[in-house]
Amino acid sequence: MIRVSEQSFDPGEEFSAFERRAAGAGAVVSFLGKVRGEDGADPVKALYLEHYAGVTEASIAEIADEARRRWKIDAPLIIHRVGRLEPGEPIVLVCASAAHRRDAFDAANFLMDYLKTKALFWKKEIRTSGEKWIEPRDEDYRDAGRWKQES
Amino acid sequence: MARLLFFGRLSDLAGGRVKDFGLPAGCREISSLINVLTAADQALGEALNEPSVRIAVNEKMAARDAAISDSDEIAFLPPASGG
Repeated sequence: MIRVSEQSFDPGEEFSAFERRAAGAGAVVSFLGKVRGEDGADPVKALYLEHYAGVTEASIAEIADEARRRWKIDAPLIIHRVGRLEPGEPIVLVCASAAHRRDAFDAANFLMDYLKTKALFWKKEIRTSGEKWIEPRDEDYRDAGRWKQES
Repeated sequence: MARLLFFGRLSDLAGGRVKDFGLPAGCREISSLINVLTAADQALGEALNEPSVRIAVNEKMAARDAAISDSDEIAFLPPASGG
């Protein structure tokens, strides 16, 4: 299940519902990404995320399909927030279930690496000093590159 | 009118996320649209010409020599940053 929403979500409730649906699985892995709290003189006050409605969901579905080709997992859960988010709020939840733990771990890891660089979201940091659009860091591309397959 | 969509930092440069834009006569592919936009706004044009900016026509990724018409939705997508 893929959901992109301006609404806040409860990670515990979402995980419980996913875990109940994955009744036959032997392993369930979840990753929750949150807006970092920062110290210092000019901390991030909020993030603003935008997406391309319909096209972003399709880009996530492609990533999920790729994960299911590579590992023996059930349909994953991917929830991604858009709009304005304050420090401490959940941005992204990925859950993967499988018969065995290695497939679930690896698929969740892959899904997050690809969501960071290949799903269509754009992120702006809002600080007291101003606003700045963020593009992926080199390490984000390196993380995604770990999964490249020889064709 | 074509509908132009600018995401991320491109929306700041374009002065908005959505612009309805009548394609001039003879403007039949993405690269010539970018030339028209560059003539009006050099900074925006340079940003659109960066190779990292991808382009979607009617919600499908398209090459810069792809054909466009006056009823298309043309989206300019800078590198994405989710998660």
